[in-house]
Amino acid sequence: MNATATTAEKRTGTPTLMQGNIALAEGAVQAGLRCYFGYPITPQNQIPEYLSARLPETGGVFVQAESELASINMVLGAAATGARVMTSSSGPGISLMQEGISFLAGDQLPCVIANIMRSGPGLGGIKPTQGDYYQATRGGGHGDYHTLVLAPANAQEMFDLTYKAFDLADTYRNPVLILADAILGQMKEPVIPEPPYPRLELDKDWALTGANNRPARNIRSMYLEGDDQEQHNYVLQEKYDRVRQEVPMWEQMDTDDADFVVVAFGTSARIASSAVRLARAEGLRVGLFRPITLFPLPEEALREMAAKVNGLLVVEMNLGQMVHDVRAILGPDKPVSFHGRPGGGVPTVREILEKIKENMV
Amino acid sequence: MTVNKTLGRPESLCDVPTLYCGGCGHGVAHRLTAEAIDHFGLRGSAVGIAPAGCSVLLYKYFDIDTIESAHGRALAVGTGMKRANPDLFVLTYQGDGDLASIGMCETIHTANRGESITAVFINNAVYGMTGGQMAPTTLPGQRTTTTPAGRDIAREGAPIKMAEMMAGFDGVAYSERVALYDPRQIRRARKAVFKAFEAQITNSGLGFVEILAPCVTNLKMTPDKAQQWVIDELCATFPLGVYKDRLPTENQATTPAAATQTATAECGSVTHAD
Ligand SMILES: Cc1ncc(C[n+]2csc(CCOP(=O)(O)OP(=O)(O)O)c2C)c(N)n1
Ligand code: SF4
Ligand SMILES: [Mg+2]
Repeated sequence: MNATATTAEKRTGTPTLMQGNIALAEGAVQAGLRCYFGYPITPQNQIPEYLSARLPETGGVFVQAESELASINMVLGAAATGARVMTSSSGPGISLMQEGISFLAGDQLPCVIANIMRSGPGLGGIKPTQGDYYQATRGGGHGDYHTLVLAPANAQEMFDLTYKAFDLADTYRNPVLILADAILGQMKEPVIPEPPYPRLELDKDWALTGANNRPARNIRSMYLEGDDQEQHNYVLQEKYDRVRQEVPMWEQMDTDDADFVVVAFGTSARIASSAVRLARAEGLRVGLFRPITLFPLPEEALREMAAKVNGLLVVEMNLGQMVHDVRAILGPDKPVSFHGRPGGGVPTVREILEKIKENMV
Repeated sequence: MTVNKTLGRPESLCDVPTLYCGGCGHGVAHRLTAEAIDHFGLRGSAVGIAPAGCSVLLYKYFDIDTIESAHGRALAVGTGMKRANPDLFVLTYQGDGDLASIGMCETIHTANRGESITAVFINNAVYGMTGGQMAPTTLPGQRTTTTPAGRDIAREGAPIKMAEMMAGFDGVAYSERVALYDPRQIRRARKAVFKAFEAQITNSGLGFVEILAPCVTNLKMTPDKAQQWVIDELCATFPLGVYKDRLPTENQATTPAAATQTATAECGSVTHAD
């Protein structure tokens, strides 16, 4: 297991200035995206707008669906043919998709879903948030399932993690979620929009391509006979266990000699990294641990790192979601404090610095 | 039914007994659909989409690639499939609860986009699978487990007429309503299913066929009584006939303006059918 953070500086190639949403969309195109289905919602509209022009250039298919309910089920149909497919949305749209995501997971169909989070609950607003952490990491729909969840923290990662998401989706035959927010979606940063490695080409011997000279195939999530449904659930769990072993990604900054560590993902981690730098400038031995995969969380790495520090502060743009996972992973003996801002509030560097000082003693 | 005796089993139909109730229309509708798959040589390119409903076990009966879909979403799933792989022959097989209630939005928009898909629609005037609750097609006055005093139009609205409605969309190339109550109707139904297949094969737009098929169990009728109910009651509210046919004729290219028919001749003939 390795830390695998990327920024444009860490890559070779010529950077161009790109908006996060566009970087995400182009990452999908480079990954071989064949079909995009989606419905407009702010703050992710640049994704469908860009792809509506870009996909036809590559011979791909763009469809503006009548709703997110329709888009996710179009994704399901296209995924069943073996094509690389995706959708994107936010807040209410992602909520509408949950039944379909549950079906995709039950059917073991690969696809990529980008959630550029907006504040909620309800219609909420278009300001950035991390309020969908629970929805994303618990499955979100009905049943005992998980989606893989990747949390980029800059525009290059919007590109790279989306590119990687398609390989992960195919490898594990599972929906993969990109969990970003309005800041990451709208912000322009240098991006090298080139594939970091050749994409995976797997033989999809389960895809529905027509039963030509082979037995008919069936894709379903309903198993009525005997204990087949229970067995199917065990098959899914075994897969999630493999995912927990093989997929964790994270980044550590200044943790080697740290007494105290901030844990944050996405935009929160970006802000927290500035607070950590200020703390260091004041002589405080503070570090940052940034999970890049939210499911699976990098549990082992977190435990290993936490063993060497006196306390941790989890920072989120919500009123405390990932913090409960961190506490569960580290156990009751490790002091884990929390700072969060909900409903579109964004924690400031100052706020975080103060919380660090408050909780370090 | 007579067809079972007069014809052999279609190749694309599996040689297994179905779990449908005796006298249920799903069995005959399956056979007609399978005959169309065989006739057009589609066994190797067809994908069947079965949403929640009594026919969700379609994969057990059809020897073609199949996928289950969420209740109401078959046409969205079909859109995704056809767009991803236009070489597939995409077939949905949906109930009235599915296509005309929970999935109405998908139905309308798939029709409006003119997706090259064939939709077989089974109107049995109830929710069969969940135990006979009111469907959007339940008749005025019809008792169901959720309309114990009979459907009241003032309260529950009138039955939705899908074949007529689908015909109104430019994207729909063929729309017909048929029944299965005697050999002649079954022959007509077969022809209608074939036409709905042709719509997709000729890339003319959505092919739609509405099949009136009794849910004997929830009507609590014998198969004979149920067929009589179809003739007397169901056909009266849902007139049989071709509501749209703009399939290309042999020497004619497809144009959207071509031959949009109404159903007058067929409708009037229902109760007098031989
Ligand atoms: C979202 C959702 N709501 C409700 C159901 C339960 N359900 C399954 S089938 C069905 C009705 C089926 O009726 P119809 O489509 O007319 O098919 P039939 O069984 O009559 O052939 C319902 C309500 C479900 N599976 N999913
Ligand atoms: S419940 Fe009705 S629709 Fe379902 S199999 Fe029985 S008769 Fe057919
Ligand atoms: Mg029904």
